[in-house]
This record gives sequence, C-alpha cells and structure tokens, in this order.
Amino acid sequence: MAMSDETMTGGASGSAKAAPVPKGRAAAAGGKSTLGQAVFVILLLGALALPFIFKNFTIFQMTMLMVYAIAILGLNLLTGINGQFSLGHGAFYAVGAYTAAIMMENLGIGYVWTLPVAGILCFVVGFLFGLPALRLEGIYLALATFALAVATPQFLKLTPFEHWTGGVQGIVIIKPDAPFGLDAVLNADQWLYFFTLAVGLFLYWLARNLVRSRTGRALMAIRDNPIAARSMGVNTSVYKATAFGISAMFTGIAGCLGAIVIQFVAPDSFTFALSVAILVGLVIGGVGWLPGALLGAAFIVFIPNVAEEISKGLAGAFYGFFLIAVIYLAPQGAGGLLRALVAKLGR
Amino acid sequence: MLNRRTLLGAGAAALAAAGIPAAALAADDVIKVGNTMAYSGPASAYGQIGSTIGAYIEMVNAQGGVNGRKIEWISYDDGYSPPKTVEQIRRLVEQDEVDLLHATLGTPTNTAIHKYVNAKKVPHLFVATGASKWNDPENFPWTSGWQPNYPTEGAIYAQWILANIENPKIAVLYQNDDYGKDYLTGLKRGLAGREDVIVAEAPYEVAQPTVDSEVINLKASGANVFFIVATPKFAAQAIKKSAEIGWEAERFLNNVSISVGSVLQPAGLEASKGLISAGYLMEVDDPQWADHEEVAEWRRFMNEWYPAGDQTSSFTVYGYASAYTLVETLKRCGDDFSRENIVRQAASLKGLRAPLLLPGITINTSATDHAPIEAMQLMRFNGESWERFGEVVHAESS
Repeated sequence: MAMSDETMTGGASGSAKAAPVPKGRAAAAGGKSTLGQAVFVILLLGALALPFIFKNFTIFQMTMLMVYAIAILGLNLLTGINGQFSLGHGAFYAVGAYTAAIMMENLGIGYVWTLPVAGILCFVVGFLFGLPALRLEGIYLALATFALAVATPQFLKLTPFEHWTGGVQGIVIIKPDAPFGLDAVLNADQWLYFFTLAVGLFLYWLARNLVRSRTGRALMAIRDNPIAARSMGVNTSVYKATAFGISAMFTGIAGCLGAIVIQFVAPDSFTFALSVAILVGLVIGGVGWLPGALLGAAFIVFIPNVAEEISKGLAGAFYGFFLIAVIYLAPQGAGGLLRALVAKLGR
Repeated sequence: MLNRRTLLGAGAAALAAAGIPAAALAADDVIKVGNTMAYSGPASAYGQIGSTIGAYIEMVNAQGGVNGRKIEWISYDDGYSPPKTVEQIRRLVEQDEVDLLHATLGTPTNTAIHKYVNAKKVPHLFVATGASKWNDPENFPWTSGWQPNYPTEGAIYAQWILANIENPKIAVLYQNDDYGKDYLTGLKRGLAGREDVIVAEAPYEVAQPTVDSEVINLKASGANVFFIVATPKFAAQAIKKSAEIGWEAERFLNNVSISVGSVLQPAGLEASKGLISAGYLMEVDDPQWADHEEVAEWRRFMNEWYPAGDQTSSFTVYGYASAYTLVETLKRCGDDFSRENIVRQAASLKGLRAPLLLPGITINTSATDHAPIEAMQLMRFNGESWERFGEVVHAESS
C-alpha cells in the first residue's frame, strides 16, 4: 500500500519535467524505502537516547532544532509541495508563540492546550491571508508576505493590544514540568524535548500522509502546471489557500512550542530575520524534501555559532560564506545532495 | 547533524561521566565572565561596549589579573534577539560554566533571561540597560543594574522643577512604550504628591513620521515646562518644532538623546539653546575634560588596548566605566569567587568611584538596592556644548 502510494507520488511530479523543483521525494525505489526506514529508526533511537547522554544546554538546542524543523516543514508544504513563496512565515510563528504565551500566562490554561488552539488560529489566519494572495504569483507573493513579516512586530507593540501582548516588554512564560510523576525521572528540559519530539513526529506523519494523499497530488499538480491542474478539475483557489492555511498551522505550532521552550515572547523575537531564517533552512534542507527540514534547522541553529567562533567581527561574513558554499556544493539543498549520493552508490 | 558543537558536547559529557566535577566553580585560577551583546543586527553599534570591556580585561590580565587570577571574558553575539539571548546565556551558564554574567545588553533580551539566571543563581551583574526592573533584589536577588535608570532621571527633573520654577505647569511628550512610561513614572514619583502640575501628556508611537502635532497641542495646554522623553529622531523634531512655534517653556530633554551630533545639530543649535538635561558620564569630547586625569588614562587605554575603538563614541566610555566596576567588584571578592560572594560584593559597593563618571558621582549598592548609579548632574545646552550646573543630584532609592 505504502509502496503504491509512493509510486503515484513519483508519477505526479515526475510527469512535469520542466518543474523547477527537483522531483526528489519521488526517487523512491523499493530499496531506498527500506534504507529510509532503517535511517529513520536509527535517528529515532538516537533522538530518544539523546536527553540521557547530553547536558541540558544541548537538549535545549536540540529542542529548538526540532521547533525550527517543524516551522521549516510548514514552509516546505507551501513552497516545496505547492510552489508558493513566503517571506512571512515568521509572522505565523509569532502568532503561534503569542497564542501560547497569552493562553498560559493571561488565561492560565495548560500548555498542551495551546498547541491545537495555535494550530487552528494560524490555519484560519493563513487561509484568510492565502485568499487575497491567490492573485499574486512568485515574487509578488513573496513581497506581500514580506509585508506581513515586517508588520507583525509593530502590531504586537500596539497599545490597544498591550493588555494582552505585554507591549514591547513581552510576556515571560513559566516553564512546565513533566506531568504524571515523570518529573522524578525527567527534568523540565528533557520533558520539553520529548514533548516536542512527539509533536514533531506527529506533524511529520501528518505532512507525509498529506503529500501522499489525493490533496497532496493536487497541490503538486498546481505547483508543476497550474493550467493543466485546473483543466483536470482541481479547484486551484481552494487548494492554494488551504496549502497556505496548513503551512501556517505547522509554523504556528512551531512558534507555540518555541515560546514554551524559550519561556519568553516579545516583538523583537519575531523580526523579519526569523522569516529569512526559516526560508534559509528550507533551501538548505532541500525544497520539496520533507526530512530536509531537520538538516535545514540544524544549519540555522548551529552555523551562526560556528561562524561566530571563527571570527566575532566577521561572523556575518562567515555565515554568508557557509551559505554560499552549501548552495554551490548542493544546489538542491541537503536533500538533493543525499539523493545524488544514493543514486551514485546504487549504481 | 554531526558538528563541532555536538562533538564538544559529547566531549564534555564524557568528561562529566568520567567523574571530573563539571561545576568546578572558582576552583581553578580563572574567573569566567559571560556576556551577550549585539555585535550584529540593528543594534550592533552597542557592540563597542562589549569590545571595550574585553580590551579592558585583557589589560587587567596583562597586569597580573585580579587577586592572582586571570579573568576570561566570553562574550557572544545575540543580535539583540531575545530567543538568541536565551540560547547564548544557556550556553554560557551550562556549557562554558561562567562564574558570573556582566553587562548583558538590552531590555527585551535581559527580560528573556531574567527568571532563568535567578533560578540558576548566576550573578547577573551591571546589565547594560536603563529599565528600572533590574533593581528588584527581593524577587531577583542575582540581578543588578548599573546606569541610572529612567525613573531616577525623571525624578531628578521633577525635584529641580519643584525647587526652581514658580507655579510649574508641565507638558510631557513621551514615547509610548516601557522606556517612555518609565520616565513618566519617575517624574510623578519625584513630584511626590504634586502630580497635578502635569497639565498635559502626549504619547507618540515609534511608527509615526513626526511629533509636530503633539508639540503644538502640548503648547496649547499653556504649560511652562516641556519635558521631552524621546529617542534621537523624535527628540530633534520636538526641539525644532517647539522653537519654531515660539513656545517659551523651560525645556527638558532626556539623557537618551543628548548627543550634540545626532540630535542637537539636526534640530538646530540655536533652537537647542537652553535645553536642560542630566548626565552621569563625562562627554570625553567636551573641552572641559580635555586635561582630566581619568580621560587621559582612558585615552592611553584606548590607544594601547583598543586602537580600533571609536574615541568619540559614548559606548567606549560606558564600556570602560562598566569594566572598571566589574574588576573592582571581583577584587573585593578576596579569594572567595563563589557566586554567592560575588553577588554579596556587588551588593555592598560603597562610594566606589568609577573613572569617567562625572565628579561627585559614586556607585552605591546594598542588599536592598541593586541600582549602582543613582546620581546625575543637570546640565544646560549653551548653543555649543553642555554646561553642567548645580550640585550632583542624588535620587537614591534606598
């Protein structure tokens, strides 16, 4: 069953040779599937063992890595699968983060409940933003979403909302402890790590199934050839807006988790730089290849630190250098590089 | 996924597992001082504060260190982004295992780590921000401010107004955020029961293009005192407009915007004449300090240890005085560099004179007062430079 699904996915994007996006996830031959599963199991075991080996700081970094990976996954669904651009995903991240902060600190609601609320809210916001954005293509859409990213921190500072958002001062969140007596075994950092891991796995499963579903095929058909998709009877408007909504939902949930992990939200946390970071992570990980989100997130979490260690004054320059090097060596991101390697080995 | 940091982490974990005490605080002969600073991003001009402190510590180490120990200055870039600050501070505390944090920059960034460092009981000293919340030893005993905070400055103006202006009627223009409201709070506190003399308040938003209409409305209130709580761009507009419309009020300008080059010149030096403000650090460009011993010492330091630094910038002055405060605090720790003792010493500075503070201003702290500098001196702009007048005004909170 899973096999036939994958073949169909492959067929859908493989049929459009002119597509700018690599038909990466389509390179799913039978052998690679088992290899992929083996890699997944090893990664999962590693991920489960990690909090018991490393210090809290590393656990925290890994948690943030997963948070960014979820955000990138969201953008990947929009850009990689549906072919729409967004420079404004930092805005959805911010909406998710503020939802968590306001619910937890102002309303005293448990953090677990903030996730579905943030998800639904961001879906609605994303869907509504997606509707007018339907008229915009390519760089024009990028520009519209850019405006969204720039406007968001300003809205968060506005006086009428200050009672809720805390204005420039932001909101400090109390870190949740592990529930059900688990706090005897796990400290707060370890618990949040496992919590994020569970949410991340669930969302990844959701994204994977979405891509392999009828809806996913429609989304990719729109990306590859919108006119053909429309003539096949795909309601492009509805699908594109839905893609925006789902993408925003993923990123919003990431923001929600991020706020709980960082324990603080403020307008300065969600500047345009965040949107760019998510986009960078997407491109580094591989546009259209879902597991690439993890690699992209690793890049945006670790490479700035590495660059800073090389030279404080030129940290930005070194970051840029790494970025260019990766794009040059792996023009299709980590996903493309891996596929090329696998193809070479398999020959 | 495999990268330097995880390898380092793995190494550290292996060491810890091997039974070597990871938290060997103050057991070795290096005092680790952590810091986050904006070396990149929109606030990167502040980065000079961190570089100056780093250079100062290098000098102290070259001269033999503090009580026989070297100081290690670990300063990371947070780009003025609170989530990055949290990450970098956790790296400093949990991985680098710093003994204390010094002069971490920014109000939102320090807010993000405020609870964390206090829960971890890490000294969070002499933060580089003017908000008032760092002086809260009851709830945050590990945190301490440094520079005079905004309410203190507001209170100093209020005291002077009550003492020197007959029948004052105050109009306030303020930026509608924490910074602006902090000043307003301080002003009201200084008025102590005579808040009714404030006849008009006009907030402005940072997104506004100008504050001209606010200034005109404030004049219409008939006030004879105009208090400008604004960041440089808006301060320049307010100064210019109030002069243009011939509003003959005593005008007060907050310390944030006293730069002659970037505020008063754009506003017009003639229009700026007569402005009153308050300062606590020497303006090193001011001819009256040219021959001052501390300024000469600072110039020697800058030339030798930080030649790339900007000698006209107030940030290098700030960094120098801040670093001096840190080193002096560490000297007083004697041989006990435990975190408890570091905070205890930081909270028992009495009459400490940091170089480049205005004459007569000293640093005073206690277990219930974590606001080191709480005195300023008023000064009036004479059309060319700031002329100090009157005594140093103390607004010590306790």
